[in-house]
Amino acid sequence: MSAQLTIEGATKRFGGITANEDISLEVPEGRIVGLIGPNGSGKSTLFNSVVGYHPVDGGSIRFEGREITRLRTAEIARLGLIRTFQQTHVFVQMTGLQNMAISDAEAGHGLFQLMRPVSAETRERAEALLAFCGLYGKRHLMAGELSFGQRKLLELAMALMVRPRMLLLDEPTAGINPTLINGVIERLQRANREFGVTLFVIEHNMRVIMSLAEHIHCLAHGRLLASGPPEALRNDRRVIDAYLGAR
Amino acid sequence: MSGHRQPLLMLAVAAVGVALPFVIPDYRAQIAMLWALVIMAQTWDITGGQTGYNSFGNILFFGVGMYASVVVQRDVGLDFFPGLVLGMVVGAGIAAALAVLLGSMILRMRGHYFAIATLGLGIAAGEIAGGWDYLGAGSGLSPPLFPAPPGTANLFFAYLYFGVAALVFVALAALYRTRFGLALNAIRDNEDKAEAMGLHTGVYKVTAWTMAAFVLGLVGGAMGNMLGFVDPRDTAFAGATFGVWMVLMAILGGKGTLWGPVLGAVIFHITQELLWTHLLGWQRVALGVIIVGIVVFFPQGILGWARTRWPARHEHQGHGSERA
Ligand SMILES: Nc1ncnc2c1ncn2[C@@H]1O[C@H](COP(=O)(O)OP(=O)(O)OP(=O)(O)O)[C@@H](O)[C@H]1O
Ligand SMILES: [Mg+2]
Repeated sequence: MSAQLTIEGATKRFGGITANEDISLEVPEGRIVGLIGPNGSGKSTLFNSVVGYHPVDGGSIRFEGREITRLRTAEIARLGLIRTFQQTHVFVQMTGLQNMAISDAEAGHGLFQLMRPVSAETRERAEALLAFCGLYGKRHLMAGELSFGQRKLLELAMALMVRPRMLLLDEPTAGINPTLINGVIERLQRANREFGVTLFVIEHNMRVIMSLAEHIHCLAHGRLLASGPPEALRNDRRVIDAYLGAR
Repeated sequence: MSGHRQPLLMLAVAAVGVALPFVIPDYRAQIAMLWALVIMAQTWDITGGQTGYNSFGNILFFGVGMYASVVVQRDVGLDFFPGLVLGMVVGAGIAAALAVLLGSMILRMRGHYFAIATLGLGIAAGEIAGGWDYLGAGSGLSPPLFPAPPGTANLFFAYLYFGVAALVFVALAALYRTRFGLALNAIRDNEDKAEAMGLHTGVYKVTAWTMAAFVLGLVGGAMGNMLGFVDPRDTAFAGATFGVWMVLMAILGGKGTLWGPVLGAVIFHITQELLWTHLLGWQRVALGVIIVGIVVFFPQGILGWARTRWPARHEHQGHGSERA
């Protein structure tokens, strides 16, 4: 089991708050790994550090054997490590198809590669992935006109458009209509299986993460509290206490 | 303005552009100015509308073009027309180089900070030019005389600016249909997300501003000759007139749209020509009232307002499958 992502001693402070303290963990290639923890335990902060959204105050991060600790977000994204946002970020005044077209990393992000209209290949792949995420019928709508849940799905489709090596998903089912959650789980599993994308998933919904992840890390107060397979964590006294204590 | 009506509208505007100097020959100077204003609004919109980076300093590129062109005409010793063309190209080149240089520094700043950083550009340039003897210091420069009967100069500039405006329009229509156009819109909508998707946002922003600067350099390059004098504050780095107008016209028509800046410039120029001379010293006040009026009543500009009013039409244009 080779580690695709290795986090070693990651520490991040915001003024007086230590949001992440000495966190070390690994995400093996091709797997689905979960990251759980009560509100404010530092999950999103860890993702932000990994993708270079803000620099860490200590520790190092490696992706596929490469040191990425000091790289900027866009550089890390171009290595195939893509994140989605907890609050969902899409391009609201662009249509679903346009959102997808600009996310096509294969068509290129270089200045000269951009200087041509959207190709038929890009369009086909965009439509296929929109269909995969159940958004084909909404492809001409402005992203800002979509519901919150639909925007989450669009964000997932955009991330897949990059053909990423690994996806960091920050609460992919939060705010999604409960009847649609199973559909999201199934799509994530298929993305992992069929496209070979490693998934590192933050999730608040215990049912979701237990059925999705093969291995779970739990944070509390910015520290790594426990790690293990879902069944083990579900019965872990420390994890239960952390969640009860936070509620 | 759906897909198939677009070329028709362009043809109609082109026909008007060609015929106008002969339909109303007394207004050739105003016609030339109209097309120059259209170009200013169009280029301002590349960053201001499409990319969401409001610049209040684009007048810098216009003024640089104006000075460079007249200096080339003065010092190179070519005939009038070759000298003018060379001057315009040199001016555009310097303006573009400045945009690359300044843009690499201040386009790192997000939205409002960038806008504030651009505020001083025109003023600073005016101060520098006003104190620089090589550029005639405070008294500015005089371009060479137009080598033909007086009436023909305005005819020449009317067609020159119309030609450039038409070229710029067609070029921008094509540009906004590429993925580069989408990248600019992506930056406007959510720059964090654009970066998270691996886009080279910095490079695109500088490129967009440089394109605007190049064209503004051309416009300024001919304007010194058309107006007949280059003054550091009144014509070249005229922040209070051209500098504000280009922002205003784009917003009035509808920023972030292809036709909005054109429409805004036409309406602004006509209104101004009809009313301005009657306002005697109240022009600045009138301008202030117009700005407030637009911001309060037409924040999305005329086209943006029309789209909310008649959403069905916008369905066809904005969501048109031809764009993605
Ligand atoms: N940019 C920031 N500036 C200041 N404090 C921050 C910033 N980002 C996060 N924090 C703080 O760091 C701590 C961890 O926040 P983080 O968002 O990582 O938690 P989380 O585990 O993702 O929580 P949630 O489940 O609510 O999303 C919190 O106390 C938060 O207020
Ligand atoms: Mg979070």
